[in-house]
Amino acid sequence: MDIKWDQLLVSGDPLILGSQIAIVLTMVGVVAALSYFKKWKWLWNGWLTSVDHKRIGIMYIIMGVLMFFRGGVDGLMMKAQTAVPENTFLDAQHYNEVFTTHGVIMILFMAMPMLIGIMNIVIPLQIGARDVAFPQLNLLSFWLTFAGAMLFNVSFVIGGSPDAGWTSYFPLAGKEFTPGVGNNYYMIALQIAGIGTLMTGINFIVTILKMRTKGMTLMRMPMFTWTSLITSLIIVIAFPIFTVTLLLGMMDRLYGTHFFTVSGGGLDMLWSNLFWLWGHPEVYIVILPAFGIYSEIIATFTKKRLFGYGSMVISIVLISALSMLVWVHHFYTMGVGPAVNTVFSITTMMISIPTGVKMFNWLFTMRKGRIEFTAPMMWALAFIPTFLIGGVTGVMLAMAAADFQYHNTLFLVAHFHYTLIPGVVYAVFAALYYWWPKVFGFKLSEKIGKWHFWLFNIGFNLTFFPMFFLGLQGAVRRSYTYSEESGFQPLFLLSGVGALILAAGFAALCYNIYWSIRHAERTTANDPWGNARTLEWATATPVPHYNFATLPEVDSLDAYWEMKKNNKGFTLDKNQIKPIHMPGNSGLPAIMGGIFLVFGFFLVFEWHLLAAIVGIGIIAGLIMRSFESNDGYHVPVDEIVKHERTWRGESKWKAK
Amino acid sequence: MEGKINTSAPIEYQSEQSKLNILGFWVFLAAEIILFATLFSVFGVLKDRTAGGPAGSEIFEIKDVIIQTLLLLTSSFTAGIVIFEMRRGNRRGLIIWLVITLLFGLGFLSMEINEFMHYYHEGATMQTSAFLSSLFVLLGTHGAHVTLGTGWAILIIIQLLTKGINPTTAGKMHIWSLYWHFLDVIWIFIFTFVYLAGVL
Repeated sequence: MDIKWDQLLVSGDPLILGSQIAIVLTMVGVVAALSYFKKWKWLWNGWLTSVDHKRIGIMYIIMGVLMFFRGGVDGLMMKAQTAVPENTFLDAQHYNEVFTTHGVIMILFMAMPMLIGIMNIVIPLQIGARDVAFPQLNLLSFWLTFAGAMLFNVSFVIGGSPDAGWTSYFPLAGKEFTPGVGNNYYMIALQIAGIGTLMTGINFIVTILKMRTKGMTLMRMPMFTWTSLITSLIIVIAFPIFTVTLLLGMMDRLYGTHFFTVSGGGLDMLWSNLFWLWGHPEVYIVILPAFGIYSEIIATFTKKRLFGYGSMVISIVLISALSMLVWVHHFYTMGVGPAVNTVFSITTMMISIPTGVKMFNWLFTMRKGRIEFTAPMMWALAFIPTFLIGGVTGVMLAMAAADFQYHNTLFLVAHFHYTLIPGVVYAVFAALYYWWPKVFGFKLSEKIGKWHFWLFNIGFNLTFFPMFFLGLQGAVRRSYTYSEESGFQPLFLLSGVGALILAAGFAALCYNIYWSIRHAERTTANDPWGNARTLEWATATPVPHYNFATLPEVDSLDAYWEMKKNNKGFTLDKNQIKPIHMPGNSGLPAIMGGIFLVFGFFLVFEWHLLAAIVGIGIIAGLIMRSFESNDGYHVPVDEIVKHERTWRGESKWKAK
Repeated sequence: MEGKINTSAPIEYQSEQSKLNILGFWVFLAAEIILFATLFSVFGVLKDRTAGGPAGSEIFEIKDVIIQTLLLLTSSFTAGIVIFEMRRGNRRGLIIWLVITLLFGLGFLSMEINEFMHYYHEGATMQTSAFLSSLFVLLGTHGAHVTLGTGWAILIIIQLLTKGINPTTAGKMHIWSLYWHFLDVIWIFIFTFVYLAGVL
């Protein structure tokens, strides 16, 4: 084990030096503030060790917003670099690192945590449960995801970032061509986060299958619950493939095996195949919950039942099945032959059928509805045409013969941003605006929300629409610069300006959160939007830690809408209240996250002795978990009565 | 969740949390199947890429592999008896059969370690060729699972000794037995597609 101390910190770049100083100052600042305000205990007991699914969800979302910022800065740096030809703002190596971390962070540490955070908050409420099936495992999932994200993020100041693209194709990502530690970070940080995600998938499958309240059959589940179930299923099917892929990549880099190497019989295209066997389903892992979010929001603000509920369910099941059968379309140019390419062309195009069904269902839901243009609804409305552009260009890319022209150009980059941004980011925004009052007891400002909406939408289209044309003119992706003679300059500049507007949109969201925390009107009404349809709106706002005083019973779809319509099942009888059993806090997951972080760090630098010592800590944690008997606690009747009485008022209260 | 106990069900299904745990573990096993399926596919793709190193037929000792197989299959049978004894409420019998199961497991592991040493002395290491990389990682992953299962069983034995057979410990025991049988099933595939197909 030889430690090269002089190569540990990345040096010589003023941008990175600035970040290093900023990181140290922020950390000192956070520690100082927590100590000064004596908030350590509050942080540890109330949040870091809390197994409450709503708090875990909030922690996921905070992490997602922070990572959005980090990934967004990466994006802005790329746009600044390419705004003018022959620019020297970033050198080739730095540009490689920036587009790699941008991709990884946005997909794995922004989109996934955001959606899993929303799932955490909403799913138990929608199915009328008090927590997930495995609350402590849920917290561990969060901490592993967080540890993976932190490990990945330290790479750019310690040791150097991965630089082989978010797809990390071999042989480029192998030790022969990138000897530094950057791609070790990729293999190990994503592995740690991936284990957390797999556990989340298992947790939500069991939660949704086993913990639905009385009367909620599968076909009475809200659409977001359905999409979350199918997403969890894809996670369980696809993530183990990624686990193996990363393991083999790590073996190649750390222990000299020959899976993907050029010599020794390795096959570099094996990486591409394995990566996309996970990678394509991964796209649907992030997009399906978004479809669910839109379904909820469109039905709510149209005041109509979702059109074609059954066909929606069939569509998502078909999409999930097809998502496993299209991976070769990411590398038609591998040259495996027209027969194989044709098969994958057809399966790819077939995905547009169930997706189209969903599109029409949303449109038909709105038909003759009384549409209310609230902030969440606006995001849902903007999603439909923008996502359509992404979908149609996707069908263009699906044609194998034509793809040889588009492959690895900015046309492709524009396409997938047109699917992922309306498909995921807009949905996350819509969900934040929609469920925010449920979680915090106040709405985000609609007025600032409109600024956020228009800046983001204009910025997004201005950034990415020109890239379709750039791509068709031959501008390739992942190239740090271009010549003046290429004539790409005007469109690149336009795209750069768009990125600034996009960033202003994100800033408007942050300002909205700040403003609304300080000034927004507080509410305790259970249904602040007035037209909600599903069970999460049937309990107090903000949701009490026990979720429901008595578990609701359901006899149809849109259970809460029916409750309101029939004025039934909404008054609470005091005599029915019993002490509620809740799971207790646990410090072990946070500690395990920390141990995994250090373990991963040592492994990245191939300091095996240190890694082995820390590895003992992981085993110790598992042993402690095995012997732990955490029976939780009971919420006393008095506390429930007091709380329920306050928010319900006398009209929804029966005290015999 | 709630500490409700339903005494009409088999003991491992009596508590609500154990029921959830068992279903959760089945889903986890589904993930494990995908994990091993991926490793098998990688092995299938790379098995003829020996890059001048030894092929499977040159290094496999089929006699030892058959003994390994018998050891592991027998341990699966005794693991079945463990659950039988558990449902009868016979703690002593349970622990005796569990220890026997683990001894078979340890026998399997020691033979596997010997096998790896043998390959190493023949000059067939993980770094020699793509075939050997995939062989070592596939076998190693299975072996690591067996090792983990052995350690896990020891933890459960300690809990059985201190707390006796109750719905919680029975749930853990049952889940462990699912895991153990699963590893056996994986081994049958390894035996067939790695060793037998390698020497035939």
